Order: sequence, then C-alpha cells, then structure tokens
Amino acid sequence: MLELKNISVRLDSFVLEDVSLELGTNDYLALLGVSGAGKTVLLEVLAGLLKPEKGEILLNGKNITGRKIQDRRIGLVYQDLSLFPHLRVDANIAYPLRNQKMSKEERNEKVRELAREAGVEHLLDRYPGTLSGGEGQRVALARTLASDPDVLLLDEPLSNLDVKLKTGLRALLRRIHAQGKTVIHVTHDYMEAATLANKVAVIEHGRLVQTGTPEEVFRHPETEFVARFSGVKNLFRCRVEQGNEAAGMRHAIVGGELSIGFLGDNTESEGHVMIPQEDIIISESPLETSAVNGFQGHIRKVYLSGSGMEVVVEAGVEFVVSVSRQSVEKMDLQPGKQVWITFKASAVRYIV
Amino acid sequence: MLKNWKTGLVFLFLSGLILLFIVAPLAGMFLQTSGSQYMETLGDTQVRESIRLTLLASLAGVVIFGIAAIPLSYVLARRSFPGKGLINGLIDLPVVIPHSAAGIAILGVVSRGSLIGQAGEAAGIQFVGGAAGIVVAMAFVSIPFLINAARDGFEAVPEKLEKAALNLGASPWRVFFTISLPLAKRQILTGLTMMWARGLSEFGAVVIIAYHPMVTPVLIWERFASFGLSYARPVAAVFVLLCLVIFTVMRLLAGTSRNGVKQR
Repeated sequence: MLELKNISVRLDSFVLEDVSLELGTNDYLALLGVSGAGKTVLLEVLAGLLKPEKGEILLNGKNITGRKIQDRRIGLVYQDLSLFPHLRVDANIAYPLRNQKMSKEERNEKVRELAREAGVEHLLDRYPGTLSGGEGQRVALARTLASDPDVLLLDEPLSNLDVKLKTGLRALLRRIHAQGKTVIHVTHDYMEAATLANKVAVIEHGRLVQTGTPEEVFRHPETEFVARFSGVKNLFRCRVEQGNEAAGMRHAIVGGELSIGFLGDNTESEGHVMIPQEDIIISESPLETSAVNGFQGHIRKVYLSGSGMEVVVEAGVEFVVSVSRQSVEKMDLQPGKQVWITFKASAVRYIV
Repeated sequence: MLKNWKTGLVFLFLSGLILLFIVAPLAGMFLQTSGSQYMETLGDTQVRESIRLTLLASLAGVVIFGIAAIPLSYVLARRSFPGKGLINGLIDLPVVIPHSAAGIAILGVVSRGSLIGQAGEAAGIQFVGGAAGIVVAMAFVSIPFLINAARDGFEAVPEKLEKAALNLGASPWRVFFTISLPLAKRQILTGLTMMWARGLSEFGAVVIIAYHPMVTPVLIWERFASFGLSYARPVAAVFVLLCLVIFTVMRLLAGTSRNGVKQR
C-alpha cells in the first residue's frame, strides 16, 4: 500500500502542492495532466530523485520519505527509457540483479525469464541504440521489473508508439499489473488512462484536482479542467461476445446484461467501448432505423454544457447524450421521463 | 561558403601553410638524421636510459595523480558550489605559467628543507635530483589536460542514467564504476594520453627539480649545449619518432570505442 500525505515540492517557479494519494497493492493509477502539470515531478519525488519540502510517503506502512533511492523498492521507467547505451540488452536487464546474491546461472536464467515475459528474448545481444521505440520500452520495463519493485512508476510509456505497438504494450502492462504490483502510469492521454487504470488522478498546475475510478472522473468531472481534459463520457468496461461474424458484428456486454453491437474484427474477450455522446439520438419511442443499438431508459439529469445541454439517461448503465436547448424544450426532457436512446454499431469504438 | 572557389583557395592555402609549419621542422629533423646516426643513437645506453626514465616517470605521474584527478573531475562536472569557477581557473594555472616558474614552485614544496621533502627522505624517496621529483614536476604541468578532458567527459554523461542506475538498486560507487566511468571513458583516455604526452615533453620544471637523472628533453638540451646541433638532433629524432608511434597506437585503440559505447 502506498500513501502520499501532503507532499509539496518547489522547483524554481514550479510548485507541486499538497498532494495526497492512497493506493492499494493492486491499484493501477493513471496520473493525468497536460505537459508541465507536475506529473513527472511527482514520480521523481516518489522514486526519491527529488526531496519533498514537506509531507510523507508511506509504503506498506513504513515512512520512506527520507530513504535512499536504491532502498525504496519503487521502480521508475523514464519516458526516454534511460537504457544504458554501453551495455547490451541482457546486461541492461541484469543490472539490478547484480545487486542481489545469485549465481551467474541463476542471473542468466532470470534475465531470460524477464526478457521472455516482455517479449524481447530475441534482442538480448543487441545494444539499446539499435532498438525501436517499442522494443526499448519493453527492455526498460524488463530491467525495472528485475529490481522487483513493490511500486512501478511509468512515465508516459505509450507515447511515441504506433497503434499496433501500443496495443501490445498495453497487454504487457496489464500482465505486469496482474502480478500484484502497484502501478502509477503518467500520461496526458485519457484513453490510455481509461483502458488501463482502475484509478485516475488528474493533476493541474501541481495540484491533484480529482481522483477516483475512470468512470467517476470521466463521467462526473468535478472541474471544467477535468471535463475539458477528459472529454469522454460514454466509456464502459465490457466483455465481448461473438455475434454475426460474417457481417463483422460483435457484442459488448456492459454492466452485466446490456448488449451493445459494434463493428470490429478483434479477438480479445475484454475491453472497453466508447460511444461519442453526439452520436446518440434521444427519442420518446423506439426508432425504426438501421441503427442496431436501441435502449429504453429514464432521464436522471439534464444540465447545461457549453452552448448545448447534456442529458444523462439510465438504461442499464448511464449514457450521456448531447442535445440542443430547443430539443430539451420541444421534447420536455426532464429527470424521470422515460425515453429511448439509439446509436449505430459503427459509432461504437472498441478499445482494448 | 567553401564551395566558392576563391574562398576555398584562400582557406586551402592558409591551411596548407599551417600544416607545413608543423610538419616541415619535424620532417627536416628526421631527414637530416642519417640511418647510421639513428642506429648509433639507439645503441647509446645514456639515450636508452633517459627514454626509459622519461616514459616511466610520465606514466607514473599519470597513474598516481590520475587516480585522484578523476574523482575531482567528476565532482566538478556534477556539483555546483561556491568557488567552483575559481577552482576551474586554478586547474588551468600550470598550463599558463612559465614552466621554469612551475619548477621553482614545486622545488619549494619538495626541497629537502620542506615537510614533504623531509617526509620523503625519511621514507627513502628523494625528490630533488631524483625520479620522484621528476614524476611530480611532470604531473604538475600536465594534470590540467586530464582534469579538463575527464570533466568534459562526465558532463556529457546524462545524469538521468546515473539516477536510473540508483533507482535500480545500485550503490553510488557501483553507479560511478559501471555507468559514469565507462560512458566518459573515451574522454578520460584522451585526457590520460594528453597528460602522459605533456609529461614526456616537459623540460622547464623538470630541469629545476632534477637535472640528473636525465630525462630525454634534458639530455637533448645537454647535448645541444655541450656538443651542438648535430649531436642533439639524432636524440630528438629518435625520441619524437618513438612518441609518434606510441600515440598513434593509443589513438587507434581509443578509436575503437566512441563515447564508451561499443560500435557494432
């Protein structure tokens, strides 16, 4: 368990102020914020590379605020990876193992095991300068895991990678998390946060402005900054069932029983679906259209949003729908009213 | 700019002139020495002894003083502290002062009446008129080359790599020996080579501390002063040729790695 209590740091003109967090052993926290918000500074404080002016860091109940970097059991993977350029990949991965008492054979075996897990076994005799971005990221992860940290800090691990590499690396991060490590993943991409983390913290100008589950933060933003920053409302964790394969149709089971049709050729059994709120049509009765997704529900909230309005409809899960003020008045949309929501399968975005 | 033929021609002419200025006197010295003179000089015990002493004394200076100079270079590269600029200036001092003045300064510290001189004599080490004094004089005038090169080398190593190594559980000692030092290796080797080279050629400071035993620059001077140019030239030619061979080999060895990173 990792606890941050009122951490404050001053760096020239930048101030990280009064940051408090509490994470369980199996928590995966996405630390979201724009560039310069203080995400990396917070990671460096946790890793011991920066000393906080005040506040405490507790790991499994022990105060590690003043503990040496090398004794913290907090592993940090830098955004630029910081692989040692003069050492081969195998020596990079073995670097932390040389601090532990083990024979050369045991060390080599451990290096192979970590490399296999990270998918870099074929790169062991290469130098970092010859690796691609994705390969380097995997090697950096394997090296940090070799130090067997209790907490893994990842500084923008998916930045500068193409979509295919991101998908593979996301799967690796999930596997690592499943091993029972607390993960803090710094990103400015809310999609990354939504698809990986079970907790999200949003940082703005050196202060944590909101923390919670992805659903809480993205669907109930407490500040305009969070709302603008996240921009996602209809994001649901789902289980995928195969549908009409010939037509490329799949079904995402959301909230236990709601079945949302979407188009895709994925083979994963679990993921997320996202439906842009502008693509959902709200009506008083079922619509006869080509759209495959139609659900009945009742309105929970209606509120102003920018120049239009947003309507929250409970239909097994909460959907947020963007409508104009004229539509709200014309249809008399108000809390408690029974309505139908409709959207096309092609409007649904599936994210692994 | 150099594609303009007039500009190119001017630059080519001036560059050639400077290269000629460096090469011509040395080439003249080699060419004016006959084969028999080379053989005779190589067979001269006094010459061989002086070359051996010069090479070893300079090497000893590099090894003994280099061990302490490398940590100093690291501190200068990594730490900011009041008076750092002054220390950087002090380090360059031996290069800019007349080397005879450097010899006088060293003599004051290692003479028989001084604390270090007396301690050395008690331990059986003779500085004035001894090999130990030659080592100190050579190291004094050449150590700035090592410190400056090593400091530049350490400055070029990203501090983040050291922090990453600490984060992976390594002790500060291990980080220094496995990350900082190997990555600054090329510049440090260049500095060591330059320090050794500068030590080999030292005359002014050495001649004041120890005329005897005679290092080669002093022997060349002595033969020139006592017997004239034709006696001094073969010794100078042999010594310079030997130095050229050694430094070419060292350059080639240092060239096999770049920035401490093995080339594939």
